[in-house]
This record gives sequence, C-alpha cells and structure tokens, in this order.
Amino acid sequence: MKFKNKKDTEILEGDLTPMIDMTFQLIAFFMLLINFSEVDKAEEIVLPKSVLATPPTERPDYQVILNVDPDGSVVFAGNPYEIATMAPVLTQEVNNARRSRESVAPGDIAVIIRAHQDTPTGKVQELIAKCQEQEMENFKFRVKDEAYK
Amino acid sequence: MKYEPTENEEIKLNMTSMIDIVFQLLVFFIMTFKVVVQEGDYNVRMPLAAITDEESMDDDPPELIRVVLKAGDSGAISSIEVDDEVEVKTLVAENIGDLFGQLNDYIDAKVSGGNDPEEGVDTEVEFDIDSSLKYRYTVSAIEAVSGKQLGDNRVKKLIENIKLKDNSGQ
Repeated sequence: MKFKNKKDTEILEGDLTPMIDMTFQLIAFFMLLINFSEVDKAEEIVLPKSVLATPPTERPDYQVILNVDPDGSVVFAGNPYEIATMAPVLTQEVNNARRSRESVAPGDIAVIIRAHQDTPTGKVQELIAKCQEQEMENFKFRVKDEAYK
Repeated sequence: MKYEPTENEEIKLNMTSMIDIVFQLLVFFIMTFKVVVQEGDYNVRMPLAAITDEESMDDDPPELIRVVLKAGDSGAISSIEVDDEVEVKTLVAENIGDLFGQLNDYIDAKVSGGNDPEEGVDTEVEFDIDSSLKYRYTVSAIEAVSGKQLGDNRVKKLIENIKLKDNSGQ
C-alpha cells in the first residue's frame, strides 16, 4: 500500500507547556536553595562530629571564618596561609570590623574556627594565640551537628 | 491603514530561545547545588591572659576544674586527668567513648550535685591539651563538659565557661 501525505505543509508540534512549567518550578526550587555563604568554607575540611553543639541562630555583627586543614595551614576567604603569616590578615580584619557600620570591637568579632577533625589541637591553639594578639577573644569551634542526622 | 486579520491566521510565539535560556539556568543551578550540612558551634571566650588576671582580682574567681587531655602516639587520646583544686583524678578506659563518658559523668557529678541544672553555671573548665592531640578528641572533650544527653532527647547543660590553656609554644 502506498503511503501518501495528506498535507505537505503539516507540522507536528508537541505541547511544550507542561515541560516549561516543570522547568520553571525546578529553577525556582534551586534558586531558593542556593547558598552563597558557602564561599567561606573550604571543601577539604571534614569537621568533627558532635551532638551538643549550638546551631548558629543569628549571624554575628562581624565574623571571621578560619579553616584549618590537617597540616595546620589556614584557608581564609579561599586563600591559603601559614599560621605564622596570619598577622597582617587578622590586622586587616580587625580594621575592617572597626570601620564596619556596627563598628565592631576586636573582642566582639566572632572568630569561627573550622578545623579538620585530624588537625593537631596545637595548631588550633597557635591560631587562637595569633588572634589573641589582635585582641580577638570570641571564638567558636564549628562542628558538624549530628543531632540533625 | 486598517489591519484586517485573515480568518485562519494564528499568532505563534517562537519559544525556542526562551527554552534555551531556561535550560541553561536550570543546568547552572543544578551544577552549583550543594546539600548544606547542619553545623553547630561551641563558644569559647578566651581573652588574653593579662586581662584575665586583672578581672579575676576584682571578683571571686569561679570554681575551676582543670582537664588535661593526653595524647598517644597516633594523636588519639590516651588518658584524661581532672583536677578540681582538691584532688587530681586520672580517667583511663579501654574504649575512647567510655573515657569521654567518664569525663561527662565526673563533670555532671561535680556541677549538679544538688540536681540543680543552673548550679554549674559559674564553674569554669580549663583544658590543658597535648598539642599533638587530634582536634576531634578536643571537640569530644568539650562536648563532654558542656552537656549531658538525657534519655528522652533532652540535654542537660553542664559548663558553658570553657577555655583552653595556651600550649601553642609546645
């Protein structure tokens, strides 16, 4: 049997409306969940687990996030530093905090220490001592909260 | 000039470019998506030693418990020594979990002898930690002194004033 086109000009078109609806819903979902605050975190840091840590409820007026890797090197704002060379960076942060809108005193800067679980504690203490030289005294040891498994 | 549509004319929007952009956006968000792990903090207020000395002269110093964490060869914890300024007690256990359990029980007994959860607020713990001790054990010790898990998902607060002795020169 010979097949004949009924019309030469006929175009087959699928209904794209449901696909576009779904795609927009997916985009909205991912847009709401995207978290730009992750940029301060170093990927390779495996935090120690803990159950009783307090989940951060509100963002401090000024915070400094210091990632400490297992060798004791510090990653701050995506850049690696040795603890001995941290002083100029911390001085800069103290100055920035003072000049910020809330004019935060060094003692009120929240120093968030994200140390790898295998980092020798001595390295963390060295870093704390460096911060104390800049009059920082409010430290937070960040851990993976196991209460939210 | 008057516009007169013909009867069979259909107005068709070209959706191709929009769908292209929408898919590009979707791919971007999927690729940058990360599952956020819930994190928590242990607050440690550590002013410089000189300031602490000045402050402590004004008021009665809080009761101090010294906790010494000793590291083994591989950086794991080997023993814990507790000193409440009356007696020094060494905690040793085969299992690391039991060791921190003992510390937790010791602090609980010290702080809340009268079963008053608020009683321990003024007590302070100073950790003296071997510099080679892995950080995870430090965190476990801080956890053991800061609270006790009760059976029904409740947490009993123990000590909030925690400081670390400066061993950075070791």
